Amino acid sequence: MTITEKILAEHAGKKEVSPGDLIMAKVDIALGNDITAPLAIEEIKKVGTKNVFNRERIVLVPDHFAPNKDIKSAEQVKILREFAREFGITNYFEVGRMGIEHALLPEEGLVLPGDVIIGADSHTCTYGALGAFSTGIGSTDLAAAIITGEIWFRVPESIKFIFYGKLKKWVTGKDLILYTIGKIGVDGALYKAMEFTGDIIDNLSMDGRFTMANMAIEAGAKSGIINPDDKTIAYVKERAKRDFKIYRSDKDAHYSEVFEFNGNDIEPQVAFPHLPSNTKPISEVGNIKIDQVVIGSCTNGRITDLREAASVIKGKKVHKDVRMIVIPATQRIYKMAINEGLIDIFLDAEAAVSTPTCGPCLGGHMGVLSEGERAISTTNRNFVGRMGHPKSEVYLSNPAVAAASGVLGRISSPDEVD
Amino acid sequence: MKLKGKAWKFGADIDTDAIIPARYLNTSDPKELAKHCMEDADPNFIKKMKRGDIIVADKNFGCGSSREHAPIAIKGAGISCVIAKSFARIFYRNSFNMGLPIFESTDAPEKIREGDEIEVDPSTGVIDNKTKNETYHAKPIPPFMQELINAGGLMNYVKRKVA
Repeated sequence: MTITEKILAEHAGKKEVSPGDLIMAKVDIALGNDITAPLAIEEIKKVGTKNVFNRERIVLVPDHFAPNKDIKSAEQVKILREFAREFGITNYFEVGRMGIEHALLPEEGLVLPGDVIIGADSHTCTYGALGAFSTGIGSTDLAAAIITGEIWFRVPESIKFIFYGKLKKWVTGKDLILYTIGKIGVDGALYKAMEFTGDIIDNLSMDGRFTMANMAIEAGAKSGIINPDDKTIAYVKERAKRDFKIYRSDKDAHYSEVFEFNGNDIEPQVAFPHLPSNTKPISEVGNIKIDQVVIGSCTNGRITDLREAASVIKGKKVHKDVRMIVIPATQRIYKMAINEGLIDIFLDAEAAVSTPTCGPCLGGHMGVLSEGERAISTTNRNFVGRMGHPKSEVYLSNPAVAAASGVLGRISSPDEVD
Repeated sequence: MKLKGKAWKFGADIDTDAIIPARYLNTSDPKELAKHCMEDADPNFIKKMKRGDIIVADKNFGCGSSREHAPIAIKGAGISCVIAKSFARIFYRNSFNMGLPIFESTDAPEKIREGDEIEVDPSTGVIDNKTKNETYHAKPIPPFMQELINAGGLMNYVKRKVA
């Protein structure tokens, strides 16, 4: 069996499962945010129950429009806050203690290898980087899981991606996943689990692995997953407050497809409007002027990302026609960035630095684009109107490319910044 | 009961930001969301469509976010069902859970033209094109999901379990 099949079998109380099987699985963590949880809470109230399946295994993070951007958003967050108090939910993260959910939960040790995690947020697939089965669902599914602690799944087929060889300079987890989505398309892994393997993945940092699993949804996948190794165990050991179980795919596990990618073929990638699959290597981008740079999000707001961006922009200034917004994904990452001098580098370069929020990624607040404006962003989606006006444009890249573009005022390779 | 209405055609990979842009997600009120249904795919859609009309799209309809606001906006606008070559998986689950009928069909989206009068029988998945006098077949709904529908949706199923 694959790692995905093993985890699902265990959580369904079965010895084995096969792709296509419908199962009822026990949930280890159920997550909601300020956009999706209010609808779930409304459904829970309709049922009239006063109990949730486990007060410590429900996580509520107001991060999308928080710190509250307007009165309506403040009302939404209030629904979460009051629900958490009323039902005794221990993992409610208020502004000042919160972070972008998918950076925060691993950091807090709330999500662990071998878990089944569901979240009413499509990027819940991020935790697959820990060797967990983790997937996005909607508000009604979340409501049902919060009450019962269970959820139904169709066991997905798995696609294996083998990344071999060496990574070129400036190539990161972001580039690997953009390259992959560019190859298979935005529905290339529809309903399936994407399993990332190979030397390159073994050598990738945990932060890089989170970035890859995070964007599995952008290929339509149910989940992205990486077999845990020493790096994974070292990461979770210092954070976990409960036991966890390590699963790995069998050597003879069945995959519906296998893709092999050579690191030598992969340059830093840029996804052009308006799909994440619309990728080009940085050398073929051409002259594209930009108005705004965003460095942050659940995809690329971790400390490694900030370090990479800072290494490019150190001692430079943001181009006079460009606004650069840097958003550390959690309070802890923010503090680390201060201690390492990264925030000084960004401020000296005349970038704006913000408290953690999803804000600009979905055109919510903290950097919305006007008509005709163009941004390069380390986020995950470049759909029409994603960051603001329907006639604005979003280009996706890794943090180093975004930082270099901020300095030069056009989409550029970090090698062009001297 | 059959679902009847005029077809409105959309292309491939219609994402949830096009169905309901995030700038309107500071509420979950179906009436508010309905006002902006499909706004970034076609800003005039909500003015043109009538209650009962049907959205017909190419592959991967509803890709992107997990926001249940997307099927809520479509249902709130009065669209009777969505027919597409395929659906993104979270949108698919959400639609079932909140009661928006959706149908997967490879030939219907190819053959239906905008403005065609369409009639869908949800119990059989038979799609009749009254304008062109053609019949198409939707893929059958998986039995487990049919059970959920019979139970009156996911939350009714949960209610029974808790009671």
